[in-house]
Amino acid sequence: MKNADGKLRAEAIASNIEGSRPPAIEFREVDLAFDDLVILDKVSFTVDRGETRIVLGGSGTGKSTIINLILGLLKPDAGRIMIDGQDITDFEDMDLMRIRKRIGMVFQEGALFDSLSVYENVAYRLHEEGIDEGEVEHEVMRMLQFVDLEDAVDKMPIELSGGMRRRVGIARALAGDPDIVLFDEPTAGLDPPTARNICELAIKLRDIESVTSIFVTHEMDNLGYLSNEYAVIDENGNVQFEREGNKLCMMNTSIMMLRGGRIIFQGTDEQLREVDDPYIRRFVSPSYV
Amino acid sequence: MNPIIKFIVELQDVTNLLWRALKGLRKRPRYFREIMIQMDEIGVGSLAIVALTGFFTGGVLIIQAYPTLAYYGAQSNAGQGVATSLIRELGPVLSALIVAGRVGSAISAELGSMVVSQQIDAMRALGTSPVRKLVTPRVAALVVTLPLLTIAADICGLIGGGLVAQQMYGLDVNTYISSVRTGTNIDDVLGGLIKPLVFGFLIGLISCHKGLTTTGGTVGVGRSTTQAVVASSIAVIISDFFLAKILQSALKTTLF
Ligand SMILES: Nc1ncnc2c1ncn2[C@@H]1O[C@H](COP(=O)(O)OP(=O)(O)OP(=O)(O)O)[C@@H](O)[C@H]1O
Ligand SMILES: [Mg+2]
Repeated sequence: MKNADGKLRAEAIASNIEGSRPPAIEFREVDLAFDDLVILDKVSFTVDRGETRIVLGGSGTGKSTIINLILGLLKPDAGRIMIDGQDITDFEDMDLMRIRKRIGMVFQEGALFDSLSVYENVAYRLHEEGIDEGEVEHEVMRMLQFVDLEDAVDKMPIELSGGMRRRVGIARALAGDPDIVLFDEPTAGLDPPTARNICELAIKLRDIESVTSIFVTHEMDNLGYLSNEYAVIDENGNVQFEREGNKLCMMNTSIMMLRGGRIIFQGTDEQLREVDDPYIRRFVSPSYV
Repeated sequence: MNPIIKFIVELQDVTNLLWRALKGLRKRPRYFREIMIQMDEIGVGSLAIVALTGFFTGGVLIIQAYPTLAYYGAQSNAGQGVATSLIRELGPVLSALIVAGRVGSAISAELGSMVVSQQIDAMRALGTSPVRKLVTPRVAALVVTLPLLTIAADICGLIGGGLVAQQMYGLDVNTYISSVRTGTNIDDVLGGLIKPLVFGFLIGLISCHKGLTTTGGTVGVGRSTTQAVVASSIAVIISDFFLAKILQSALKTTLF
């Protein structure tokens, strides 16, 4: 696998050289308050193309809010939000639609369309774009296979368990190959193997499809998978997952933590584990006293 | 908030929604399939109750009017009375109120629960406009089907009136029919079809607006459903008053 490592490194370097291109997502001093409750206080960060940004933070610290801002579902009180260098802050709905077509969103609660079957849910974006039905069917089955739910294709969302709904939500978000994928706690409440599958999916998107993503999570397991493993395609064309050795530098994943409306940490997972801040210590290893 | 300001803000929101819904008609994709589904749901689904309402309304008109008419020896004009009041007023208004109750509540409950369960957000996130996909088809379907439902109500009402007149008062069917024919003129029929166009539009717009502005979880869905029915019923009654006045001067009808 030395070979593949070399390739990965080359790609990482290449994407750094390409760094002159604007970042995929950029927040500049974004403020947002609901009435008197300040949610975001001058939050600035950038996510580069192909990068996975893990967002940590307690409940109610504004993680879902950040995702809604990226999609333009919410508007900031102040500050600018850029997607691929385009300032979307003042975009009207019609212009936002163009941006949203390239973004896949996995909602915290699934948010499946109750009146549509699993098939129609996953096919939603493709149907809206008027893609030929044969192609739609192929793509839907590919996506459902991705999340291991081919059997549920004809079911209605109401017939699914919570974890299945979440996975259908993921398939729906990924249909149509978006460039940016936003995961809002995709593994919350799922069993460890399924959670692991979802992380592998995110790793595959990152390393093989060069998708930019934001991955909101509370679970340290996810953080471990995403920042220590990478996907490569072996000689037979199969995807393999490998643990990083001491090649920390090339993992295209970074972490940020929110608290009290501010970003209190940005960096890699190694840096996170070395931080002295007691709140972060408690977050990272709950047994810490 | 001051109720007057609240009303004005709401009016502004509804106007805004109207504007976006109209734009939805102009741009592609147009969601014709959605319109057909909604017309089936709203129109075909409401046909039975609207027809039943019309039938009994026609019947009760005869019960109330016939004895008085008979007292003046004018029972041969009974059909005329039923036709005028049904076609001008009762047909359009009662059908609209029934539809406001049945369809208005369904629309706002459906859209409201879609808001609460983030399905509307999901729709927007997937690059479709909920106004175009959900509001425009519903309003369009109501505007098309409510006049048709009104016609059904009118016809059933006339039949109901005739049946009651014949069965309970022994009025000759031919007398009834010819009286209905002299009592019906083109202005009444036109006016009776313009009204439900406006009513359908108001019910659709108000119910969609109430549904899409649902806040506060499942409790909020119940609240906005109630508000949708109340607001659209009141809008129907009030606009009926003004429409009657406007149509009267526009079509120059004179009573009898
Ligand atoms: N529509 C709204 N109106 C008022 N307050 C809101 C609204 N939406 C969110 N909030 C508040 O904003 C804060 C941030 O919410 P958000 O959903 O972003 O949290 P989160 O970090 O995603 O939390 P969780 O981990 O529980 O999902 C919360 O305190 C919430 O009460
Ligand atoms: Mg959240």
